[in-house]
Amino acid sequence: MSTAAALPGQRPHAASEPQALLEVQNLVKHFPVGGGVLSGPAGMVRAIDGVSFSIRRGETLGLVGESGCGKTTTGRCILQLERPTSGRILFDGIDLCTLEGAALRKMRRRMQVIFQDPYSSLNPRMTIGQIIAEPLKVHGIIADEAGRTARVRELLEQVGLLGQHAQRYPHQLSGGQRQRVGIARALAMEPALIVCDEPVSALDVSIQAQIINLLEDLQNRLGLTYLFIAHDLSVVRHISDRVIVMYLGKIAEVADRASLYADPVHPYTRALLSAVPIPDPKLEARRERTVLRGEVPSALNPPGGCVFHPRCPIAEARCSAETPQLREIRPGHWGACHLA
Amino acid sequence: MAALLEVRNLSTTFGTTAGVVRAVDGVSWDVEEGETVALVGESGCGKSVSALSVMRLVAEPAGRIESGEIIYKGRDLLKLREDEMRSVRGREIGMIFQEPMTSLNPVLSIGRQLTEGLEIHMGMKPPEARARAIELLGMVGIPDPRRRLAQYPHHFSGGMRQRMMIAMALACNPSLILADEPTTALDVTIQAQILELMRDLARRLGVAMLIITHNLGVVARYADRVNVMYAGRIIEQASAGELYANPRHPYTLGLLRSVPRLDEPRRARLNPIDGQPPDLTRLPAGCAFSPRCAYRVDRCGAAAPPLERVGDAHTSACWESERLIKELAA
Repeated sequence: MSTAAALPGQRPHAASEPQALLEVQNLVKHFPVGGGVLSGPAGMVRAIDGVSFSIRRGETLGLVGESGCGKTTTGRCILQLERPTSGRILFDGIDLCTLEGAALRKMRRRMQVIFQDPYSSLNPRMTIGQIIAEPLKVHGIIADEAGRTARVRELLEQVGLLGQHAQRYPHQLSGGQRQRVGIARALAMEPALIVCDEPVSALDVSIQAQIINLLEDLQNRLGLTYLFIAHDLSVVRHISDRVIVMYLGKIAEVADRASLYADPVHPYTRALLSAVPIPDPKLEARRERTVLRGEVPSALNPPGGCVFHPRCPIAEARCSAETPQLREIRPGHWGACHLA
Repeated sequence: MAALLEVRNLSTTFGTTAGVVRAVDGVSWDVEEGETVALVGESGCGKSVSALSVMRLVAEPAGRIESGEIIYKGRDLLKLREDEMRSVRGREIGMIFQEPMTSLNPVLSIGRQLTEGLEIHMGMKPPEARARAIELLGMVGIPDPRRRLAQYPHHFSGGMRQRMMIAMALACNPSLILADEPTTALDVTIQAQILELMRDLARRLGVAMLIITHNLGVVARYADRVNVMYAGRIIEQASAGELYANPRHPYTLGLLRSVPRLDEPRRARLNPIDGQPPDLTRLPAGCAFSPRCAYRVDRCGAAAPPLERVGDAHTSACWESERLIKELAA
């Protein structure tokens, strides 16, 4: 194991890259729970426990894991919707965690988010046109109304809707159309980075592919950078250049798409991949399957040693004693497993 | 072999402010003893309403079973009195729903929720029902079942709650279980656990299953036969092996082609189905899929195609299925 990997402040798999748009360094987010007003919190949910990675300009970084692994909280910390407990988040070299007020607002324009449920993230009392125009107005990007109307039309067309959709309300659109509105609203700020948090998982199968193609087209046309948070490993493989697998607040594995899917080094990644059913009965019949025992433990009291060891099919004695560091198993392919 | 459950020409409608919606529009399908059948389709296709109709749980007065027959073990469930129907639900036919938290009673202990049905349906005395409840919890892989009986649903994780739902569905030794998106709300690794558990138990106990899902992968692994639904109708029926190897309806083909697959090389671009899912209050004339269909011809907008035989135990509702077959063979 490389000793450097264990040093705080080092970013083993994200060694300072000039082309990085975003660098996350030793990110920690703990949420206090329970307890009284005077007694202080009864415990800490360790939602993110020392996570480091970088996103290169123009790439799509996939972030996968099961509920409670910290993938959504990671996205929210990057957007500064949550202030991290510790760690640094460098956007274009500027640490977002140190910014406040107007300076933070200015940076936030460059990072936008697309949420899972396009219905609950759109105000039902506003027309689609008002929803998309609002950030343009609030941030003072386009001062005159006629200019905003023209820009809204342009944005709607960019995401495959029609200008006339501006007069409609969210409930008059289908799920796929609403997600297109969410994308248009994100694009209005001309962001560099978009955090896509489960952007297609609430959509019907036949519509998911439409939205993914749209995200890819927009990336090519506008040079966008995506952090793509999802639990669907097939979708993440399709859209991502590199993929991070998280488990209980930590990174289990990071690699290029091809390397991660062809030859995963972490037993958790292997189990995740084998759990995905493939739409082909013949293939399924002869496919070997690793069904993990047990469930994800609570982040309130994560297991000692390797956080995955209680469910790991190949765990040894040392796995419950020593926490494995993320180390480079093959060039560009990092895993946090003693046995990799 | 006689079918355990045979649904014939079932139509279920809902009255809405926008007009009458034909959620299920003249569908026929069956389940034989011990087999697993899937109803597949996207939201609003009528797959859940089909299952609710079998249990006669369609919410009245808005919802109404307009016509059809639901023959279970030789009896038409639609002709039973309400008290007779109560002895079918939960006893003859068990149910598993998508969101276990909303289908479990939050203020009743796990033990009580299991023993209630056993006492009512099976006439068991409390100690006997309790012993059976412990056995059931053990059977679905809940550790320490004796202690678990005193707990409440909120003490259970999502996966454990779904195991609990399976235990409840199996409690009275039913012949058939209707499982409506049983694993959609669960994480991938837990989903795999629950599906394997359901399959093992169904095989061991000889229970037939109707799985309702939108997940084509789940169907491929767990179903013997498949019914694909679109806008309230069945558009294709076949064995699972046949359906995936030789899809004969443009919608089925479109669905299979639109999902990225881990077993195939990554494609540069996905092939979505164009357009939007149908609005049931404003269905197009003719075939409901025609506005989105790559094989559309004039006739499709005029009349809805009937389900016709296209292969061995394989039917498809498409005017252009022959052209589709030729193109796929080429």
